[in-house]
Amino acid sequence: MIKNRTLQGYILNTLVIAVLLIVFSFVKEAFGKAGDFKLIIAPSIWQCCYLIILAASLNMTLGFLGQLSLGHCGFMAIGAYAAALISLAAERAGVFSDKSGPAFILVLVGCILIAGVLAAIVGLLVGIPALRLKGDYLAIITLGFGMIIVNIINNLPFAGQEGLALGSASASLYKNGLGFGTALKVTYIWVALAVTMISVAMMFMYVRSKYGRAIRAIRDDEIAASASGINTAFYKVFTFAYSAFFAGVAGALYACSNATLSTASFAFANGGILNSTFVVVMVVLGGMGSLTGSIVAAIIMFIVNYQIKNGVWVKLLPLWLQNIFAFPMLVYAVILIIVIMFRPKGIFGIYELSLRNFFSDMKRQRQNRLAQKQESKEALNNE
Amino acid sequence: MSTFLQTLFVGLRLGSIYALVALGYTMVYGIIRLINFAHGDFIMVGGYTMIFTIPVMISLGLPGWVSVLLAILVCALVGMSTELIAYRPVRKKGTSMTALITAIAVSLLLENLAQAIPQIGPNPKVASKIFAAGGVRIADVTLDWTTMLTIFISIVVMVVLYQFTQKTKIGRAMRCVSEDKSASILMGINVNRTIVTTFAIGSGLAAIAALMYIAQYPKVYTTMGSMLGLKAFVAAVLGGIGIIPGAMLGGFVIGLVESFTTSYVSSSMADAFVFLILIIVLIIKPAGILGKNMGEKV
Repeated sequence: MIKNRTLQGYILNTLVIAVLLIVFSFVKEAFGKAGDFKLIIAPSIWQCCYLIILAASLNMTLGFLGQLSLGHCGFMAIGAYAAALISLAAERAGVFSDKSGPAFILVLVGCILIAGVLAAIVGLLVGIPALRLKGDYLAIITLGFGMIIVNIINNLPFAGQEGLALGSASASLYKNGLGFGTALKVTYIWVALAVTMISVAMMFMYVRSKYGRAIRAIRDDEIAASASGINTAFYKVFTFAYSAFFAGVAGALYACSNATLSTASFAFANGGILNSTFVVVMVVLGGMGSLTGSIVAAIIMFIVNYQIKNGVWVKLLPLWLQNIFAFPMLVYAVILIIVIMFRPKGIFGIYELSLRNFFSDMKRQRQNRLAQKQESKEALNNE
Repeated sequence: MSTFLQTLFVGLRLGSIYALVALGYTMVYGIIRLINFAHGDFIMVGGYTMIFTIPVMISLGLPGWVSVLLAILVCALVGMSTELIAYRPVRKKGTSMTALITAIAVSLLLENLAQAIPQIGPNPKVASKIFAAGGVRIADVTLDWTTMLTIFISIVVMVVLYQFTQKTKIGRAMRCVSEDKSASILMGINVNRTIVTTFAIGSGLAAIAALMYIAQYPKVYTTMGSMLGLKAFVAAVLGGIGIIPGAMLGGFVIGLVESFTTSYVSSSMADAFVFLILIIVLIIKPAGILGKNMGEKV
């Protein structure tokens, strides 16, 4: 047997992912070409993928670094617009045609990478001044930066309100750029899955590395961390930029799965599924400081959002409840308040779900609970 | 020249509305160190209260603005219950981060709850005229009564509030709690009651701001408070949060920046400029214009 526990974990995870992918391909075959898979499941998977990356990347700053950033969707907007514009330019230059062939895949990968890098650069520029502040001030200043980014994009002559959001250019993203229709979403579903897996793996590795330990030290006590020789400014800015990178990647996937881009969808708070507040809800629900928690929460929130809007069972509910469900943000707000009040650490807390340690963790938890019960009983007896 | 004057008046008027809202932010932040994101939505609550009560007042033969008294009452109630139901339990248990997230959640809840109520709905409502039209002409520019009244009321409110915090017993208790909570318990101050009072006063100010806002822009919608509230918070931070004259100064600065950007640069960049000013000030002087830098204790 392999003794190295980290290696054990990697091998186990790879095996499980491979098995899941094989099962997935069988499921895909079983659905055949038409029907539910193409219309519902494939778009849902795309949406889940970018939500997962987005939630996990915000968790890096919110959960592990302990800094509330309310402008995360600004970075996503940068990624989305960068990817869309580059793909349009590539199409105009004749690099690819009708969205197939190796050239298109190369452009796609390039778009995703450049989107991430651009977002990271902006993250760096924002982070250097913003991270000098703490807590509430940081929240408000990131909120401001998020708005400024969206405002600037809106006023760019080639991307703004007359550029991509309205008019012919939005249709051209769908027709010529990298906006995927339902059929292409099925064809390129492996891109979404692969990008999500690589991104999440990269974030995991970051959190487990020396950098991750440093930022957790900063979260727990910044002054103590800097007293033990951690360059807090460097680690904060670096983590901010790193998380902005993945927000940009998520933005690129968003551009792929949406036919139109509009800056309104990246604003601080709007009725849609995508805004900085919604991302905060996902992270808090999953647990600040647990990447697996963010993944689970992103999927849960996606399903909640989808069911509220499209579920058949909604029609069976009383009318006043249906009226409430017409405003999904209301439901999220209630979820957020309930979670914060009754379980402030979220579903997972800082626990990371791990396949290798799953059973031993369960066992330890049961033992802990038993020990706690015993203790409280003894305390009662003593009284 | 006339454009300049016009812009100046618009800026002062906007600024005094921001200042009124910023006063509420600054009082609450000073006392519990929490950005009350829901404060902007208290304006919305006040706005809708007036929308529904102005016709009643007019039918009773009273002037329309009397309904602001009712709005102050409703806002104060909403503010106090927000503190009691949402903020206090979270403050006892969690960190400042969870409290901040709760504030965002309460703001979302109020906005969307208002939309879900069928009498309110997502469509904007138009308010009837509150103050009489007309005004004074200065160098080709009309300075109307509403503008003058807005600026005048906000200055009066600020002076009264400042005297209140300096002279009265409750005001002194507020300053004491914001300085040191545990010491004020030792001095026999009921901290929880003081915090609730602060929320009531701050929310009441939001109702007055709502009156001023509606008098100028007679349209009420559920998200009217979110951007207004954010800019007012920016104003509070700009002037130095927790300081009452600072909120006033910050409000006027933000209002002037916004109106001058709108008329001389670009109307769609006005919000970006407001936040740019905030960022610059925070980087140069993190405590705000009138704030004092305090050292950090380990």
